[in-house]
Amino acid sequence: MANENCINQGNCRTPQFLMLLGAGGLVVLGTLFAFFTLEHHGHVLTGMNNQVVWGLPHVFAVFLIVAASGVLNVASIGSVFGKQVYKARAPLSGMLALAMLAGGLAVLVLDLGRPDRLIVAMTHYNFKSIFAWNMLFYNGFFAIVGLYLLTLMDRKLKAYSKPVGFAAFLWRLALTTATGSIFGFLVARAGYNSALMAPMFIIFSFAYGLAAFLLVQTAMYLWNGLTLDERVLARMKTLLAVFVAASLYFTVVFHLTNLYFAKQWDYERFILLEGGVYTTLFWVGQILVGGLIPLAILFSPGSRKSLALVSLASLLVIIGGHAQMYVTIVGGQAFPLDMFPGYEMSSSFHDGVVAGYTPSGWEILLGMGGIGIAFLATVVAVRAFKFMPQDDFSALECEKD
Amino acid sequence: MSEHNKRDTMQERRDFLKAGAVMAGATAASGVLVYSVAHSRAPEEGASASKRWGMLIDTSKCGDGCNDCVTACNTENGLSGETGPQDSQYIRKLNIKDLRNGRVHELPMLCQHCEHPPCVDVCPTGASMRRADGIVLVDRHICIGCRYCMMACPYKARSFVHEPLTDQNPEVPRGKGCVESCTFCVQRVDRDEQPACVEACNAKGHQAMVFGDLKDPESAIAKALKSQASTEVRADLGLNTGVRYQGI
Repeated sequence: MANENCINQGNCRTPQFLMLLGAGGLVVLGTLFAFFTLEHHGHVLTGMNNQVVWGLPHVFAVFLIVAASGVLNVASIGSVFGKQVYKARAPLSGMLALAMLAGGLAVLVLDLGRPDRLIVAMTHYNFKSIFAWNMLFYNGFFAIVGLYLLTLMDRKLKAYSKPVGFAAFLWRLALTTATGSIFGFLVARAGYNSALMAPMFIIFSFAYGLAAFLLVQTAMYLWNGLTLDERVLARMKTLLAVFVAASLYFTVVFHLTNLYFAKQWDYERFILLEGGVYTTLFWVGQILVGGLIPLAILFSPGSRKSLALVSLASLLVIIGGHAQMYVTIVGGQAFPLDMFPGYEMSSSFHDGVVAGYTPSGWEILLGMGGIGIAFLATVVAVRAFKFMPQDDFSALECEKD
Repeated sequence: MSEHNKRDTMQERRDFLKAGAVMAGATAASGVLVYSVAHSRAPEEGASASKRWGMLIDTSKCGDGCNDCVTACNTENGLSGETGPQDSQYIRKLNIKDLRNGRVHELPMLCQHCEHPPCVDVCPTGASMRRADGIVLVDRHICIGCRYCMMACPYKARSFVHEPLTDQNPEVPRGKGCVESCTFCVQRVDRDEQPACVEACNAKGHQAMVFGDLKDPESAIAKALKSQASTEVRADLGLNTGVRYQGI
């Protein structure tokens, strides 16, 4: 049965495929268990509270959503900018974008206080809310990227792939702008309220998405016993390095901007120096593991030919990306609201103090579900459809970088 | 049937109808009376934009260590009164200390019922809403529990119901998974009563909280705001809060 759905009839490795399905299925089962438990008992079982209202599930969810829009870049570079290496990878990129967005959104929905009212969220829109706009962008993304995949994979529709690809490119830019603006539009909190959030999230998405793409691509080549061409690897790893460097640049500008405003000094002192776990995650997670070390690896002479090194760099970018999301989302809430500048505050509602937050196991289970769903969708899709990149090396020779 | 019997029957019928009419009239009248007491504003009328409810809090009159407003709020709204990080608090006593001169103040902090509430702006479904008379509420029927309004509120005025609830006040329905906050005791305001916190503060003799219609020039709050200086918390955000403070 499983063999019938395998596009590569020669070497389907069905037992291993079933094992992958089982592994992904177990993760998703754990997520469903966590969801129903929380749905029954309430968020009292989580570490989230009235101070830190978005916790670990949101870290996973927002990472996946941002990375989903970024992973589509591979297709955009092919369709919009006509690069042959990326054209061959456009279908895989589109499919991954859909799988990751589905995973991220599932976590967001399952973490709602009233997930049973999803239909309300679909039928009641407050158009002044950037969150409502995001829902439209997410749904539109599924439709446009789905159509884009059709034009890429159906010979009869191939002619439309460029305009539809261009539309998908613009849509994904709008989507990530909106996702960044979820935080950028929060005027009250020192950690957010910045127009830089939108472009910074776009740059982050470039890096996280490409890193995720490279890891999946590596796994697919290894699975099929194929070797990724060195020229392809070299181009993609250089692009990843550029994206990681740009992410670091935006991070520096974001914090420098804050340091220029006296009213933001306390927040910057919190994140950069005295914030405990948030400071550690910022310097060690986001900057070192997610930025400087991958850059050093990607610019090292050995990485040009080493799939292992490029994969390691990609993995580090993804780990660093989660650290960045934790610092941005949880750190931004943990820092106390400054209602009375120049005053010290205290109350029974935890005013004036750094909010405590320790994620519970339920949140980890819930958050992992996003990765689980994206993984399952990818495993099934690459088996049932032709997503393996088909490089045209003669075209590659002619093309300049 | 004889002529005499027929007259008697007619008389009885007239008496019955008369008594019925009197009873129906009395019932209707008492109903109207009860109704007018219970609902100074008919529900179908809706909130009127000719009013804007507001509150003026004089921190110099706020009693040191007095928590009566908080207790009254908890009782009125069926809150547990627990102060854990996951417990709901509609109103809390805030202690603030001026770092430049060491002067301390105590003040109640609650939903500021902004004219331009960030919670209403960000709510994806429109569950966070502002009534025509300025009271900011959460429609518990369409709140999906996303908590974005809590991220947006500059006053940390909102709470999320983290666990199932029992023994609720029927007038103030709450629900697990929804966001909630001070309603100015809308159920009391609609009966022309004062919010529970204000009533408790007055009962204690502090008179630190004045509640009323900001648009009525004859109201105590409008007169006080006209004659004395007051401040908005986070006035820099330009939200035009319905709650104002004196003494800070």
